[in-house]
Amino acid sequence: MNYYTIKNNQRINLLDIPTLELDALRARLAASNLRPLSFFGCDWGENVKLFVALADDEKGEILLTSSLINKNIKEYESITKDNPQYHMFEREFYEQFNIEPKGHPWLKPVRKNQDDYKFFEMEGEATHQVAVGPIHAGVIEPGHFRFMCQGEKVYNLEIMLGYQHRGCEDLMVKNPSNQLAESICGDSVIAYNMAYSQIMEELSDTKISTKAKLIRRIALEMERCAIHIGDMGAILGDIAYLMGKEVYAVTRTLVINTMLEISGSRFGRGLITFGGVNFDIDKEMSDKIISVLDGVKKTVNKMTKAVFKSATVMSRFEKTGTVSRETAQELNLVGLMGRACGLELDSRFDFCDEFYKDFERKPFKATNDAYSRFRIRYKETIDSISYIKKLLNKLENYKDEEIKVEAKNLIPNSFALSIVEGWRGELVHIATTDETGKLTRYKIKDPSFNNWYGLSMAVRGNGISDFPLCNKGFDLSYCGFDL
Amino acid sequence: MFDTLKMKLWQKNQFIPDIQNAPMRTAFRGLPKLDNSKCNNCGECAKICPTGALNVNPLSIDLGKCTLCGKCKRFCENHAIDFTNYYKLGADKREKLIITEEMTPEEYNKKAIEIRKEIYSIFNRSIKFRQVSAGGCNGCEMELNAAGNANFDMGRFGIDFVASARHADGIVVTGPISKNMAYALEDCYKSCPDPKVVVLCGACAISGGIFQNSQELNREFIDKYKIDLYIPGCPTHPLTFINAVLDFIRKK
Repeated sequence: MNYYTIKNNQRINLLDIPTLELDALRARLAASNLRPLSFFGCDWGENVKLFVALADDEKGEILLTSSLINKNIKEYESITKDNPQYHMFEREFYEQFNIEPKGHPWLKPVRKNQDDYKFFEMEGEATHQVAVGPIHAGVIEPGHFRFMCQGEKVYNLEIMLGYQHRGCEDLMVKNPSNQLAESICGDSVIAYNMAYSQIMEELSDTKISTKAKLIRRIALEMERCAIHIGDMGAILGDIAYLMGKEVYAVTRTLVINTMLEISGSRFGRGLITFGGVNFDIDKEMSDKIISVLDGVKKTVNKMTKAVFKSATVMSRFEKTGTVSRETAQELNLVGLMGRACGLELDSRFDFCDEFYKDFERKPFKATNDAYSRFRIRYKETIDSISYIKKLLNKLENYKDEEIKVEAKNLIPNSFALSIVEGWRGELVHIATTDETGKLTRYKIKDPSFNNWYGLSMAVRGNGISDFPLCNKGFDLSYCGFDL
Repeated sequence: MFDTLKMKLWQKNQFIPDIQNAPMRTAFRGLPKLDNSKCNNCGECAKICPTGALNVNPLSIDLGKCTLCGKCKRFCENHAIDFTNYYKLGADKREKLIITEEMTPEEYNKKAIEIRKEIYSIFNRSIKFRQVSAGGCNGCEMELNAAGNANFDMGRFGIDFVASARHADGIVVTGPISKNMAYALEDCYKSCPDPKVVVLCGACAISGGIFQNSQELNREFIDKYKIDLYIPGCPTHPLTFINAVLDFIRKK
């Protein structure tokens, strides 16, 4: 047996995961057509253990395997050569454990040693470099972009990140808390906290109430709805369509202020906790959410109609920053950006969530450009609003349940995995415990980890002035990547 | 074009008219309200506080560390700790952020930010900032962006974020200052023309917040340069930010 098959949110014994020889594992991964979910090392006494999780999206299963790497082994044959989906994972593994994937085409640093790195260079007539960052013109997170241009046309964009690195994975092992999980990526508070709480509940076999599960999903959809509306405004701000920018911004305020009324924080901080949720949604609040969302839906529909009718907007949107479906698949783009490029990946439905299975999974006709990235946000906003209403209806049936149960101790020698579809896409948290029931490794994979390279591909061949439009369309996380 | 104009009529006016007395929803967790008479000094709340902001005997909460998560309030069976919805949390000295029982909203408002004549005479009620995210989680950044939107519209008070430190009167720092950002932050500070102010925004920037024990931080900047304004919160609410800056640049 080469793989151990599990479902999403499942705890298993750490020793149940098969251990292969490194060469055998390498050959298997290079030939596999399943996409990698996570690929990470873990200190194993003096040695290093490499864990790999693969996703079988059609069956809704997760395949686990591992390999024990002796402390004397300092290199292995790179998998990326045969299967480019592993390029970021291998770079990260090399940086964290100093075991070199030999023959990796581009072993550049992920989060450390940025100062020594030499960027790609291009020579010739009218060629030049444009360096942007780490501090940007807007109020956003730090990252460095290096454009290689000829005239105004971008030939290549190199992205250097790592400025936000705060050592979140180590902190999570030493002192895990809901507050830390929320602060890893402040625009996906609910998604991160939900993934963390689910992991801890699996590891300790804590069974939370259906009511708490429903409230978590309502909050998750509200977060998705709020951020998508805000992003639509930000995209329009970058092409100087200011009416759209402001209308979407104030519409977003309505959603996050409702979140404030539920949880005391505009982004839902403090709502979810290990063992359930801290705040209830009663009938009165439920009616209020529905009435706010009805108003929001009306405004979003009206505004989006006006946007699509505007010739100046459409001329900037159409055919800008195209990423083909084949490229997206090769790079393993996930979530929102994957869907905008025609990859039907949505972990809410792929990894069968009990509450989403009755919901209709509406298809999206991708055009792969900036227009596609705007339209998918509009579509998902409207979908989310309808999901929230259905979830609130369901909540009625469970109104007498407790919202919180006592958290238990973690079970020793366990491995648990949790996938949450945040607004950017699949967020994967994995945790392992030792023989005393303490956390030994906490691995986080944000969807941005897959998708940053997609942005590089999108701006290739476009004018440099279209970069803000592409960047905002992707709207990837710096801190979720840097950890 | 007519559709775009119609949206303006549909939206009407969205701004908050009186930003210094804007109502806040009751659920918001703002200035703590402590009650020593109900506290039995068990000290359990101090142990569960994720950032170590809480101290007992007598009770005090350090807003520079507090993430306003409300865990202590839910935990305390004697209800000795509560949070009001008072949002004007900015202060000009680090030690003023330590809240004790005596600190009511009125008292805090009076003491927190003192008038500095030179600030008024130099900036004359308008101040432009350069924001540096030094390891921030995008929470404070999103809220600072929101402070400029049509609801809060801080531009009408002469407060703005500008694109370059060269154009700025001061810098606003968010995030716990990661090692990888320490150099860029200092560079940005030096690029800003004198006289300049430094504002720390959010619990992470003020004390390291939830990341204070991380090995990947470099907080020398905070010790090296004078900090003019501390604005707590996790993340800082737009009203907290705007009111703190308005109090800071006021004449009387």
